[in-house]
Amino acid sequence: MTQRMLDFEASARAALADASLQRALAGLPGGLVAERAAAKARLPEFEALRDAARDIRDHTLRNLDLYLKAFERRAAASGSRVHFASTAAEARDAILAICRAANATLIAKGKSMVSEEIGLNSHLEAAGAEVVETDLGEYLVQLRGERPSHIIAPAIHIDQAQAAADFRRRHTHLAQDRRLEEAPDLVAEARAILREKFLAADVGITGANFLIAETGAAVIVTNEGNGDLVALLPKVHIVVASIEKVVPTLEDAATLIRLLARSGTGQDMTAYTTFLAGPKRDGDPDGPEACHVVIVDNGRAALLGSEFREVLRCIRCGACMNHCPVYNAVGGHAYNSVYAGPIGAVLTPALIGLGEARDLPNASSFCGRCEEVCPVKIPLPKLMRSWREVDFARREAPLAARAALEAWAFCAKRPRLYHLATRLAVLALKMAARGRGAFGSFPLARGWTRHRDFPAPQGRTFHELWAKTKRGASA
Amino acid sequence: MKPRVGLFVTCLVDLMRPSVGFAAAKLIEASGCDVAVPAGQTCCGQPAYNSGDKADARVLALATMGACDGCDYVVAPSGSCAAMMKLHYPQLMAGDESAQARARAFALTVYELSSFLVTVRRMTAVPGRFDGRVAYHDACSGLRELGIAAEPRRLLAQVAGLELVEMADRESCCGFGGLFSVKYPDISNALVERTAAAARAADPQLVLGGDLGCLMNIAGKLARQGSRIGCRHVAEVLAGELADPPIAHDALETGP
Repeated sequence: MTQRMLDFEASARAALADASLQRALAGLPGGLVAERAAAKARLPEFEALRDAARDIRDHTLRNLDLYLKAFERRAAASGSRVHFASTAAEARDAILAICRAANATLIAKGKSMVSEEIGLNSHLEAAGAEVVETDLGEYLVQLRGERPSHIIAPAIHIDQAQAAADFRRRHTHLAQDRRLEEAPDLVAEARAILREKFLAADVGITGANFLIAETGAAVIVTNEGNGDLVALLPKVHIVVASIEKVVPTLEDAATLIRLLARSGTGQDMTAYTTFLAGPKRDGDPDGPEACHVVIVDNGRAALLGSEFREVLRCIRCGACMNHCPVYNAVGGHAYNSVYAGPIGAVLTPALIGLGEARDLPNASSFCGRCEEVCPVKIPLPKLMRSWREVDFARREAPLAARAALEAWAFCAKRPRLYHLATRLAVLALKMAARGRGAFGSFPLARGWTRHRDFPAPQGRTFHELWAKTKRGASA
Repeated sequence: MKPRVGLFVTCLVDLMRPSVGFAAAKLIEASGCDVAVPAGQTCCGQPAYNSGDKADARVLALATMGACDGCDYVVAPSGSCAAMMKLHYPQLMAGDESAQARARAFALTVYELSSFLVTVRRMTAVPGRFDGRVAYHDACSGLRELGIAAEPRRLLAQVAGLELVEMADRESCCGFGGLFSVKYPDISNALVERTAAAARAADPQLVLGGDLGCLMNIAGKLARQGSRIGCRHVAEVLAGELADPPIAHDALETGP
């Protein structure tokens, strides 16, 4: 077994024992999950839209080079500069170079998962800039020195009391008697701080939910409006987006937008849906003086021709996380990965290598709810299984687990041996149970019996008993 | 002539609870079929398949298909094994056209027990009788891969004396997931604690299900918690084969 940087099991155990995290996660089923169900019920064509969305994404991925080039042409025509970065390092450097050219000391950011993926904030900070996240959840996470635990609800792991404590700890100008008990108090406090940052920032950086090849526009959806302020107030706006964010037409973007919020938060639409194309033109009331779009590959192009291509359909709604029983149990941080949940279990091994992330595609019960709710019908269990096949071929599973599987397969492929071995085994187990219906501890399944009893077998195999019946004897 | 049904008994029923196999055979016969138990069957191959061991899974899939030759239908008392044979065998044979054609033809004959009895045999009377409340837990593979939810409930509605109650959050995984429950026992436990809590809140005498693995998980949790709620495979109640104690219950106990 290789040394793994990501010890999923240990962090999962810690997460299960973290009472405040468990309180925060307990809101998911009645919250985002119920909201999605209600949104789906309100829209009769929801399932038809999923098929259409899958087809749009597949068509785009088959012709990704063409649509990226078309986007570049259209974006350039509206005055943006498009930069292609094949690695995270190239993307970071391109963005830093733009910030340096603008003499930026303060950078305001809208929420962007790809910026997390490429490690953008620490890179800019190391170069001396102050970077401020302006999405409330991202701001909280930044205050705490954490990474987002969910792709659309970055602070879902934090309950309100913790948030208030974090504000008091970091906003040292606060009067001690300042009320922070209610959500509106927290929002007002963050707003007061962030307003100053929006106005003072030299550069604004946002992600993009879609890049529209037909128009050259970047689309961002938010509920706080922070993305618009980040994009419009500073002199320079940088969009950072991964290659698969491109869609052919405005119409296609509209189809995907109809599914995005419904799947993620259960809203028909987010509060703000903004189409950004190029810097301020003559007569525009506001807007940046310069616009850049940094399009990041970081390993994705290699997935296009692989069995994992379907993962690039993802529109980052978060539904798979919200509905995943494993995510619901341990939260996002346990995955030790920028992307958590089922989508993270498939994408992370592609981005950082399977060796460090082999637990992620393995830690699934294959219940299939992620695929059931995915707006673009990504076959997530199938893709996790494909990673397990790669993992199995590399023989990276612990030796004992491999040996047990091999021994079982050896017998299962030899029916006579199998039936003899199983007859003896269940008889022995039955005797060991001494009349009890279950084992309170069981040497071969200690993990199982730490939490629950292991049922004892009835004592004879079905095949043994069936052979003794009239029907079995005549067969 | 009666259709010949190959009973794919599943490895868990074979090892842990053969009474489920006999209950299944009784139901299939009661629906007007002859039952055969293909001798060469061991396991459908799912543990290998889901562990990334495609080669062994293929060998077991071919062996299972070979063992079931000559059957009009192949029926399993498990949505999980049925889905493996019905949906995944053809995928496993990708790259070998003749094997894939064979797997596709085989897949058409494969059914999970309750869906076979309801959709193929249109069964309207079951032998079982049960006086009391039961809940039905939908196992994930049957529910999401095969779309089975109404079928077991339609059959349970035919059981004299039985009252069906629904548990909250019935589409949630119990945390079994085959080897998942052994490889990630702590996470698996967090899941089964929720299922067990839902069962206790519904307070049936029995929790029924179509997959023995999930039932062993739920029964093991309820037993550890000291609950009196029993767990049985739905076939046991439908067939009226209740002589053995519920899963994980001691033999001396009386009760459902």
